[in-house]
Amino acid sequence: MTVDAGTALSGPILAADGTPLKVSLRKAQRVRKLRAFALVLPLLAFVLITFILPIVDMLLRSVDNPVVARNLPITLNVLKDWDGTGTPDETAYAAIAKELVEARENKEMGKVATRLNFETSGMRSLIGKSVRKIRRLKEGPYKEALIKIDKRWANTEIWSTIKRIGAPYTHVQYLAALDMKTQPDGSVGMQPEDRQIYGQIFMRTLWISLLVTGFCLLLAYPVSYLLATLPLRYSNLLMVMVLLPFWTSLLVRTTSWIVLLQRNGVVNDLLVWVGIVGEDGRIQMIYNQTGTLVAMTQILLPFMILPLYSVMKTISPSYMRAARSLGAKPATAFVRVYMPQTAAGVGAGCLLVFILSIGYYITPALVGGQSGTMISNFIAYHMKSSLNWSLAAALGTILLAAVLVLYWLYNKIVGIDNMKLG
Amino acid sequence: MALPPYVGPAGRAWHYSFLIFCGLVFLFLIAPILVIIPLSFNAEPYFTFTEGMLAFESDAYSTRWYADIVNNPQWVFSAGNSVIVAVFATLIATVLGTVAALGLSQAHLPYKPAVMGLLISPMIVPLIISAAGMFFFYSKIGLAQTMPGLILAHAVLGTPFVVITVTATLVGFDHSLTRASENLGAGPTRTFFKIQMPLILPGVVSGGLFAFITSFDEVVVVFFLAGFEQRTIPRQMWAGIREQISPTILAVATILVCISIALLTTVELLRRRSERLRGMSPG
Repeated sequence: MTVDAGTALSGPILAADGTPLKVSLRKAQRVRKLRAFALVLPLLAFVLITFILPIVDMLLRSVDNPVVARNLPITLNVLKDWDGTGTPDETAYAAIAKELVEARENKEMGKVATRLNFETSGMRSLIGKSVRKIRRLKEGPYKEALIKIDKRWANTEIWSTIKRIGAPYTHVQYLAALDMKTQPDGSVGMQPEDRQIYGQIFMRTLWISLLVTGFCLLLAYPVSYLLATLPLRYSNLLMVMVLLPFWTSLLVRTTSWIVLLQRNGVVNDLLVWVGIVGEDGRIQMIYNQTGTLVAMTQILLPFMILPLYSVMKTISPSYMRAARSLGAKPATAFVRVYMPQTAAGVGAGCLLVFILSIGYYITPALVGGQSGTMISNFIAYHMKSSLNWSLAAALGTILLAAVLVLYWLYNKIVGIDNMKLG
Repeated sequence: MALPPYVGPAGRAWHYSFLIFCGLVFLFLIAPILVIIPLSFNAEPYFTFTEGMLAFESDAYSTRWYADIVNNPQWVFSAGNSVIVAVFATLIATVLGTVAALGLSQAHLPYKPAVMGLLISPMIVPLIISAAGMFFFYSKIGLAQTMPGLILAHAVLGTPFVVITVTATLVGFDHSLTRASENLGAGPTRTFFKIQMPLILPGVVSGGLFAFITSFDEVVVVFFLAGFEQRTIPRQMWAGIREQISPTILAVATILVCISIALLTTVELLRRRSERLRGMSPG
């Protein structure tokens, strides 16, 4: 194909098939964009359906509050007009008597009572007792009858609780997760001192995570330095010692810590044998916070060493030499010249270890005892034992929010693309 | 690291204490894993070295705890479950993860950081939250307490590892090779299998092994999602540690350590091969 030089210069540049090059190029780019996206799409859909959707579903559960709203619709409708002072009138009492009896027949009463009991203790017994007696009552006035069965029915608090818990969506689980509570008068305040647990658990989770991160940094920094400065032959060999724990099952490592640290375990035996402690003075090192800290530090240490090592590997030794030859003492040269260059690795390692440790579950559950448990253990407790799923979801949402903020930070500072495994 | 001759005694002392400190850290990393291996051959049901063991008497050692595993139908059953779940989860994770990594490595992908963030999230979200969410959702759609449910859950937890390792292999990938292949008349499928696949294979296999070990070790999701019929080895170990810890657990742990060593060796060899293939320095 011959193109006249004059037209080629004045008109748009054409591709081989005669379309302008710009259009043709854009089309080609669009096709490639679509092709790249088509490759990612299957996994994206898979992750969205099997992972993201379940988590969103759980998050909704933390505000979802269907039990009371579903079973006491008429009562709640009547209570809408109640001003929240004194007691509501006869219609409310009649409605709740009727609906509780119905709920009992549908085998829903237990759920309603349990839900109300989470908010105000004693509600379960109150409802159980009242329904058993009111069933026999054929007609009103229900107000007098209920108050006669239990005089708590004359309390404003009982009714304001029912009205509040009747809302189909609620933030009450979040209040509970933050040790707060709606007072009978409708204002939000802290729980009584002896019922505040989660604030303390959140603080402990943060504290343990910070300590673990600190210990990891302290242990990992010299080791990474050694690995980065040794000749490859040796550092590769030592690297295996870092990677083997990384590849070993978490349960195996936790088990070995139990074996090592328990009262009749290897470490205590060794201490007794050396004579540091007496036979009676065996130290309790496991099933408490010490156990959690030691085991978690060992388990998460490779996650600190690997990013530090990969950053230290790129630092040229000539900077240190230059600092030394300009008169800096070894310590000064190290602190002023070497350490600032490792900041990226320190940031990456610390964030990664911190993110992994605040959500830790298995190790604290197995070696943590009472004082070493973390927020995840309470989520599991509410999921498996107390079956207060909404509270578990609310605690989980708070934990997830914290992790996502840190993840975002990690992505900003390090970039997920730079995450390396082994 | 040899010390230069001009270093004074203080520097020398500092250097040796540094080496001793590093040695202790390595001991801290590796000792807990190694200590259970001899203990698993303990003839007595104790978790510490008996006098006989320290004196290397042959009757202080025994393989009774290993016989215990083989003779216990529960361990055999959960081992079977573990392998089935891990193999299928690995297959799903590897195929989807590799294909996605091919897309992610192209510069033209729109919203790349967001997509990457989403795909890596199963690795970042605390397991307890993933497990709780999956428990509710999979119960709703009838996948809870079934093998397919467990396989899907483990597959999604393994995908980030595949995506990361394969993407890392593709970073140094010379795209002119695929262009050359297409230029010589090969279609995209043929180019993939003949040119790209052999070059990224080490990354794919490492990623697959990561996904395998993730599933094989995973206990939290199993704890929430699996019924008795889907018990895996970690779940069985968990129960053993919580209820009555018997030396059988140590025998199982020793077997798992051996599997880890085998996998680690494979991955290391693959990594070196991959670096050689891509013309990087071995190391």
